[in-house]
Amino acid sequence: MDIKKQPLALNIQHLSFSYHNQNVLEDINMQIPKGSFLGLVGPNGSGKSTLVKCLLGLLSPNAGSVQLFGVDVKKFNRWSDIGFVSQKANSFNSGFPATVFEVVSMGLYGKIGLFRFLKKKHKQQVREAIEQVGMEDYIDDNIGQLSGGQQQRVFIARALVSNPSLLILDEPTVGVDAKSVKNFYTMLKKLNDEQGITLILVTHDIGAMSEYVTDVACLNKCLHFHGNTNTFEENKEEMMTAMYGHEVNLLEHNHDHDHHHHHHDHDDQDGVRREEG
Amino acid sequence: MIEVFFQFDFLRYSLYTGLMIGFLAPILGVFLVVRRLSLMADALSHITLTGIAFSLLLGRHITMFAGLNPVYMGMAFSITGSLLIERLRHVYRYYKELAIPIILSAGIGVGVVFISLADGFNNDLFNYLFGSVVAISQSDFQVVVTLTIVVTALLFLFYKELFFLSFDEEQAVISGIPKRSLHVLFMVLVALVIGISMQIVGILLVSALMTLPVASAMKWAKGFKQMFLYAVIFGEVSIVIGLFSAFHLDLAPGGTIVMANVFLLIGSIALTRKRSL
Repeated sequence: MDIKKQPLALNIQHLSFSYHNQNVLEDINMQIPKGSFLGLVGPNGSGKSTLVKCLLGLLSPNAGSVQLFGVDVKKFNRWSDIGFVSQKANSFNSGFPATVFEVVSMGLYGKIGLFRFLKKKHKQQVREAIEQVGMEDYIDDNIGQLSGGQQQRVFIARALVSNPSLLILDEPTVGVDAKSVKNFYTMLKKLNDEQGITLILVTHDIGAMSEYVTDVACLNKCLHFHGNTNTFEENKEEMMTAMYGHEVNLLEHNHDHDHHHHHHDHDDQDGVRREEG
Repeated sequence: MIEVFFQFDFLRYSLYTGLMIGFLAPILGVFLVVRRLSLMADALSHITLTGIAFSLLLGRHITMFAGLNPVYMGMAFSITGSLLIERLRHVYRYYKELAIPIILSAGIGVGVVFISLADGFNNDLFNYLFGSVVAISQSDFQVVVTLTIVVTALLFLFYKELFFLSFDEEQAVISGIPKRSLHVLFMVLVALVIGISMQIVGILLVSALMTLPVASAMKWAKGFKQMFLYAVIFGEVSIVIGLFSAFHLDLAPGGTIVMANVFLLIGSIALTRKRSL
């Protein structure tokens, strides 16, 4: 498999997922070309996180298939080509005694493999990834003492250090202040423009991301829309009413004030995990 | 004062064994503490008691077991216990910590029955509970050295995977790290080190050597590697102070080692508090 020759980063076909006999995702079809920056939006409980877990092979769909760079996710093994940044609060205890350098080097562990150690060139890669996100001044600082926005940059660096072709970010800006969110999106756009990394940004926050992404997909159990940002802007009103109902105005105009109502999009699926074999 | 430890073989073995457990126990303890499993050491040490009591009971009735050091049976029990805890953590998926009190009380309960069936309480048992400076024979010492080498080598080999799993299990699994097998391996290592350590520190206090130096280290360390450095320093200092004072004051070393640790901990808390002002 040569990743460079594949036109599609992600190919989702007829994907359905149900949990306790409830349909969470219904017949999702989506082709995401390499080099795009997709904003995947949807209200809470719309199945966004579930979809991401299916893409990462953490959940197996009841029907349909997922291909990463032309390879079925069940057979995919080049996980260092995929970067994933989850909601910070989900997965990390902020008292953990680790430096920024140590956290970022974890991003290389899967690539290096068992019974091997960090070499000089790996350490250089770690430093470069930290510079990429502008955190070089904090390299030996304890991760727990950084602000939410800084921590999120460190996690991006961890995802970037293995030089991924696809980066999936699940609600990365939860708990990050509005100004940092802007800087954060600008940084993502730069990664997409300059390095051609395919990005999938999962968020409930349509307003903030729409000026950065190239494509938008709207999810609420089914895929309501998937197209480029311009087409999305033209059909926005319609789309939003279909997806959010009356909530649409609130979300569009007040999204800065309204953050906390939309946090924690866990989809109540957290108990379902891939058991390692 | 110190020379006496080099005049007698049995004291020398105790000192060397002490130095080895002062290294091993805090290192494993770092992983236990950051994974919020510090009570695991307690559960496993109590089930070690069951094994020791069982061995004493067998020794009374079956000549084959009379010459066997009960510590080995203790280790076998604590390894079994660590695997049982893993099973129980699976059975109670949403209340994983329940596994610890279940195994702990079962261990003590069965242990006490075995003790009553055997001899009742005697001097040997007192040594197993609270440690002894004269517990290590030459053949025991050879086993201790072998186990120390094995445990250290395994920890070194799997350091980066254990670190990643402790920090962020979800990401570690995504990057292809075998979670379950590494966890089982780790628990077996903990069980082995408890078996080694209890001869000096005693069953009731062995968990202190895994948690107190780590608690002190946490006050000083900025990163994960530093945690090991500080934890080992505190562990070794407490062992040396504890063993010498135990011998010269004719006290149980478990008690003196723990007391040394408590003083180091209080000192760490007090000193770092000043520093952060």
